[in-house]
Amino acid sequence: MDRYERAILRSEIEEFLAYEALLLDTLRLEEWLDLFTDDVVYQVPLSFNVRHDERADATSRLGQDICWIDDTKDVLLMRVEQIRTGVHWAEEPLSRSAHLISNVVLEDIALPTVNVSSRVLMYRNRVASDTDILVGRRSDQLSQDQDGTWRIRKRVVYLDQSVLMQKNLTIPI
Amino acid sequence: MSTQPPSHTAAADLIDMDHGLISREAFVSEEIFAQELKNLFPRSWLFVGHESQIPEPGDFFVSRMGVDSVILSRDDSGAINVLLNSCRHRGMKVCRYDEGNTMEFTCPYHGWAYSIDGSLVSTPGELYGVPKYVHSYQRKLDKSEWGLISCPQVKNYRGLIFANWDPEAPSFEDYTGDFHFWLDNLADGLDGTEGAAVAFRGVHKWRVKANWKFIAENFLGDMYHAGPSHQSVEVVGIGPGGKGATRSGHESYDYSRWRETSFTELGHGACDFADHDIPYAWASFPEKHFQDYYREAWEKKVEKNTALGRPLGAAAPATYFPNMSLHSQWMPRTILVAHPVGPFETEVWRWYLVDRDAPDFVVDYMRKYVVRYSGPGGLTEQDDLENWDYATDASRGVLAQRYPYNYSMGIGMHEPSARLAGAVESTATPTEENARNFYRRWARLVDNEDWKSLMANVSPVKDEITDGIEV
Repeated sequence: MDRYERAILRSEIEEFLAYEALLLDTLRLEEWLDLFTDDVVYQVPLSFNVRHDERADATSRLGQDICWIDDTKDVLLMRVEQIRTGVHWAEEPLSRSAHLISNVVLEDIALPTVNVSSRVLMYRNRVASDTDILVGRRSDQLSQDQDGTWRIRKRVVYLDQSVLMQKNLTIPI
Repeated sequence: MSTQPPSHTAAADLIDMDHGLISREAFVSEEIFAQELKNLFPRSWLFVGHESQIPEPGDFFVSRMGVDSVILSRDDSGAINVLLNSCRHRGMKVCRYDEGNTMEFTCPYHGWAYSIDGSLVSTPGELYGVPKYVHSYQRKLDKSEWGLISCPQVKNYRGLIFANWDPEAPSFEDYTGDFHFWLDNLADGLDGTEGAAVAFRGVHKWRVKANWKFIAENFLGDMYHAGPSHQSVEVVGIGPGGKGATRSGHESYDYSRWRETSFTELGHGACDFADHDIPYAWASFPEKHFQDYYREAWEKKVEKNTALGRPLGAAAPATYFPNMSLHSQWMPRTILVAHPVGPFETEVWRWYLVDRDAPDFVVDYMRKYVVRYSGPGGLTEQDDLENWDYATDASRGVLAQRYPYNYSMGIGMHEPSARLAGAVESTATPTEENARNFYRRWARLVDNEDWKSLMANVSPVKDEITDGIEV
């Protein structure tokens, strides 16, 4: 892949991630769900304070240890459905959220699959002064359909907190 | 020095349990919070961790007791210690890792080194390395007097590690009483094998702007909130039965024969009762291997318990006084500790348990199920967290504080438990009797009533607590 093709690909993927954030932040949740493959695995591991020479143990071992979020597509659907009931009090009234995506790096390109690293800052404000800011690093595996649609097949979000400094994770990060 | 007695609010003045009224001040007062830190937590048996987190000598897990950081460690002799995580010299935390393995803790500040290696020291946590010991201390410092403070009472109950800073506090057995049946179901295997549960690696730790007591109250007997608060999670089907079944897997809950249990003197409370013999919800699992696993475990448990004359209930949410809550074998299996941070903030910790010998498919299912139920990402717990936050928030109002909370549900609607010592069972569910007895006990501890008086009316247990694990 030459530099120009790579630049175009990067631009496409950046826009895809921004589009995903737009859907989430404007509560177009059903369209947001469609951006994930049916076999998606979406995980947010815990972070641990460990010795400098034990970095392999610094986050939850995926598939083994407890995570904050350890979802498959059916659970993402449940989360959206729960919000739509209008009686999920943690999201009723609905929060205002902003997902700021940056630092997009294409780590591994094997089209139609691309591994993408990015940074996410999720700002959440609800009711009056109830405000949280959470930062993480996303490690995504995106794959492209024959018609050119990108979807997320795998997402791991590494949060930059060990004790989570907010009461909930109602909105996916 | 003034000869006037210090004037402060007594916790007892904030509660009127005969009429079911609690002043909001109990939840927002800095003064009451300070009294809790001084008189309640340092005298209570607090959950510190699970033995499976520290299986090998040198293993440690940093935990909390009240607002104090503690190191739960296993020394080279295999014994379990709970050490205050603060250097005796200038207070620096000697361990700022969450977990790991070491035989010594060296303070980064001035280099004082403490050991749990029996070949170096005679007491675990003793000071053995002091830079400039000869040159500047002239060997005059008595190292044996300056070790890490070791918690005087530590109990390993079927793998659950509890500790109490007060050497005068009653034994774990006397403090726990017949509430142990709920702890048994938490710590034992689903088939009744003693102490067969292990903790998943990864303890949820997160902050909520709420008073810790709202959290403790939720699990000790608030069956009332489940309907309105958890409406939304019941729609989406997070349990094994999916949509149409409940969040914990059972097809429905039968409230007609449901009773709550309250320990009138000890303050522990449970949402169910000891003889609440609801089988595991194996039928809700679509796959046969899951159904077989849970059904066989239940059958073994029934056989074992029946032979021993032990009850089959004691599985539903409960709170071990004051701030440790649990779901025993009522899915999800999890321990919560509501660590006080301030009157308006709590750091909640959650451990998740599974049977040591559970097959991979069960471990894998449970690992994912527990976090979509509980924790900040849990579809059930999120609505509880929201309630606790805004209940605390609204109680800060000036006008709001003039009006007490209503805790009058179910006054007089209980009868003594036939099976358990010192316990009553509600004749109507839900009830707030559990909360009333919790706050009665709370006020007595907070107001620094002495142990002789506190235990004067505690009945001896009717059932022998069978566990003799040496710490």
